[in-house]
Amino acid sequence: MTYIIKPINHHPRLETNKLGLTRRDYEGAVSTLCAGCGHDSISAAIIEACFELSIEAYRVAKLSGIGCSSKAPAYFLNQSHGFNSVHGRMPSIATGAAMANHELLYLGISGDGDTASIGIGQFIHCARRQLNMTYFVENNGTYGLTKGQFSATNDLESKSKYGDDNLFPAIDLPTMAIQLGASFVARSFSGDRDQLVPLIKGAMSHKGFSLLDIISPCVTFNNHNTSTKSYDYIREHNEALSKPDFVPLGKEIIASYEPGESAEVALHDGSTLSLTKLAQDYDPTDKITAIKNIQESQRDGKVLTGLLYANPNAKDLKEILNITDQPLNALTQEQLCPGKSALKEINDNLK
Amino acid sequence: MTKISSVNDFVIKFANVNGSGSASANQMFAKGVFRSGIPVSPKNIFPSNIQGLPTWFEVRVNEKGYLGRREGIDISVAMNPQSYGDDIKELKSGGYLIYDSSWKRDFGRKDINVLGIPLTELCVNEFSNPKQRLLFKNLGYVGVLASIFGMDKDIYIDLINEQFKGKEKLIEPNVKALGIGYSYAEKNFKNLCDIKINKSNKTDGLILTSGNDAAGLGCVYGGATFCAWYPITPSTSLAESYSDYSEKLRKEIGTDKNKFAFIQAEDELAAIGMTIGANWNGARGFTATSGPGISLMSEFIGLAYFAEVPSVIFDVQRGGPSTGMPTRTQQSDLLACAYASHGDTKHVLLIPSDPKECFDFSVKAFDLADRLQTPVIVLSDLDLGMNDWSTKEFDWDDSKKYDRGKVLSKEDLEGMEKFGRYLDVDGDGIPYRTYPGTHPDKGAYFTRGTSHDEYARYTENGEKNAEVLSRLLKKYQTASELVPSPIFNQDKSTSSIGIIYFGSTDCSMQETLDQLDEESLNVDAMRLRAFPFNLEVWEFIEDHDLLFIVEQNRDGQMRTLIMAEGGIIPDKLVSILCFDGQPITAAYIKNKINAHLSGVPAKIA
Repeated sequence: MTYIIKPINHHPRLETNKLGLTRRDYEGAVSTLCAGCGHDSISAAIIEACFELSIEAYRVAKLSGIGCSSKAPAYFLNQSHGFNSVHGRMPSIATGAAMANHELLYLGISGDGDTASIGIGQFIHCARRQLNMTYFVENNGTYGLTKGQFSATNDLESKSKYGDDNLFPAIDLPTMAIQLGASFVARSFSGDRDQLVPLIKGAMSHKGFSLLDIISPCVTFNNHNTSTKSYDYIREHNEALSKPDFVPLGKEIIASYEPGESAEVALHDGSTLSLTKLAQDYDPTDKITAIKNIQESQRDGKVLTGLLYANPNAKDLKEILNITDQPLNALTQEQLCPGKSALKEINDNLK
Repeated sequence: MTKISSVNDFVIKFANVNGSGSASANQMFAKGVFRSGIPVSPKNIFPSNIQGLPTWFEVRVNEKGYLGRREGIDISVAMNPQSYGDDIKELKSGGYLIYDSSWKRDFGRKDINVLGIPLTELCVNEFSNPKQRLLFKNLGYVGVLASIFGMDKDIYIDLINEQFKGKEKLIEPNVKALGIGYSYAEKNFKNLCDIKINKSNKTDGLILTSGNDAAGLGCVYGGATFCAWYPITPSTSLAESYSDYSEKLRKEIGTDKNKFAFIQAEDELAAIGMTIGANWNGARGFTATSGPGISLMSEFIGLAYFAEVPSVIFDVQRGGPSTGMPTRTQQSDLLACAYASHGDTKHVLLIPSDPKECFDFSVKAFDLADRLQTPVIVLSDLDLGMNDWSTKEFDWDDSKKYDRGKVLSKEDLEGMEKFGRYLDVDGDGIPYRTYPGTHPDKGAYFTRGTSHDEYARYTENGEKNAEVLSRLLKKYQTASELVPSPIFNQDKSTSSIGIIYFGSTDCSMQETLDQLDEESLNVDAMRLRAFPFNLEVWEFIEDHDLLFIVEQNRDGQMRTLIMAEGGIIPDKLVSILCFDGQPITAAYIKNKINAHLSGVPAKIA
């Protein structure tokens, strides 16, 4: 069996959202990833975020490259179109798709091999172009489908399951993304649902390029005690910057924090990401502080998580290219074809 | 002293230094001839360099409308001492040499007519700005040519006025530069040149433009709203043409927003990926590239083939292999395009032969890509793409409707019991597709490059995968019925000898056919315009005992395609091949045909 459809058995008292849908309505096919794979927790968090935001699944496009992570879009949002493209090239598919119709919500699901190695060029340019999408890196530091080779996000001090040393330093995707101009950059952990769900909601509500670098342990190839991407290691070394809470448009922020302990990031659609500060005084709208904090925590052997950087006022690619509000794929022949009359002048100019 | 004497029929070659501003003056010369009513075919023979290396510009002037390159130079405008040696050698006996005689020189040939004009001296005397002194030498020799050919000088004054519209300050010095050359020639070269240009009307209904310009405009007319590309000679000007025309023709009234997206990608992989993404989402998108780009795009082309996503790719071919000769022409990407990507893949190719057809086939490419849900590659080449051709005016039928193919609307889905993305409902191998975001609970599917069943679900069932591959072959058969038919030189085949050719070879072939006709050699000719081949192609091949296949590549790639696709016995297929990077000439083709027929090996031209 290569494709397993989930049976649709709804419990009569399942909670519904504004659209009258239950969480089950946001599910996908049964996952064929390993039991305990962090990626499945991320899929569950995406389902939760979409449910809570009452997103219309059919207005979402799920895009991916190749690898374990890139299989994941099949396991959530059955009513969305999906595109499992070629290795490392999801960003270009997303760019074309988003320019054709900017009204859909674009979720790109990638992994550390797909993004930090074969696809790093497209990742860089997609961030730089401010494409309005949420880019998930399901980061496990390893090549799962080909049986456990190191990836470029694996830490220098980490050893492989077979005891091999990692010879090269890790690429830090959030640092890169901030430097490149991404306007929403967060890191989280697949095992921290309370932090992850609000961050996904924030990223999806943000206009512009949102990166979610999510440490997602590979239970089969990178969860041993000499790995720095294992469940145990991340739980021990996770330094959460803040406890995020997503506040939808129009909902009052319940201020349970002392003044000075929380920060709010206003998002494009009017909703807010409220951050209870756990760590030092942290302004997530300041690029330089953000990069400094990431680098310092790395130096100290910690994995900094939370919303690292956000610029709610950034322009996105559609605005930069000055594209019509009516989606390009909805323009009719009458709107597109200059017709015979315009050809006369063109012909005359070429004589 | 012999002097070549002719009216409205000659070849002139300009030798310049790259980056000296000569190209626009040379182009202006050609346009002036065109405006005198005589068809011209200017060809820019340029180095892959920005400044300093030798560059040439060849213009064939021919009242009969033969636009192919012709060997032998009648007049050489030698403005680059670096290349004097070669330039003199090429000049026909009795030909004319125009050079800058500020530095006098003996060219060692007694059989040519040397017309020296001290252009540098004249320009130094007339202009004070050093840049102008250099630049205006170019217009100076245009003035000389206007005089010795007996042309109407006002044609060039009009052209200067048009070219510098909006920059009026530049008009006066340009007109002055033209006048310097013109007056000098009137005074010193009177009756020295027996080559003349007499006004004619043979350019009525024609325009002077390049294939890339035409294709870019065709994409605007064909409804393309998306272009992603990566700069590569000789395709760059195609993407730029689309952008320029879109800026003029595709602004939303009131908001001044763009009804198009134009993205310079980070590489060809991204360019094709974006193109596929846009088409997947229902916009008409294209990319333009050349051979190296096709190599890079191949993985994605296979995805679009297998996942059945429309996409339009222009390959403006240049000299290969590898980086090859980026500024020379060839038709050597046929096989790379026809079977691009790993696994069993075959693609639709359209092969235009002149700028008018570049325009028409651009429009056609989008209709075919949408109808067939597959990549369509338009194969142009450097000669066709970058050089200006005297071609038929663009035309558009306002009653024409775009064919968006089998796309299900929300209403269509509403009434359907089940939707299977890859179900062959109509038996033509073409399934139905949906755009993302169409219907709340119907029509969603997962596009993938992995093996899949009719419902787009991943499968490792070999039979299911084989079924999909077989259906794609059926679609390929359907494609052969939809692509443009070949063009024949006569309505019915009357000879046992046939000639097969395609693309930019057309202009030289028309001349060859007329020459063979004058020699009373009856041949049938077929110009291929697309791949896969349709029934008419196979019938023509069947009907002839001997077939010459004329190609601008080394390996006879079209011949290979014909043999492979039709199981044709190689014996009756004779290759005529030109792959030196220069456009093929009529004389070359004719010599090869005659040599084969007489059993004597042809002299290498």
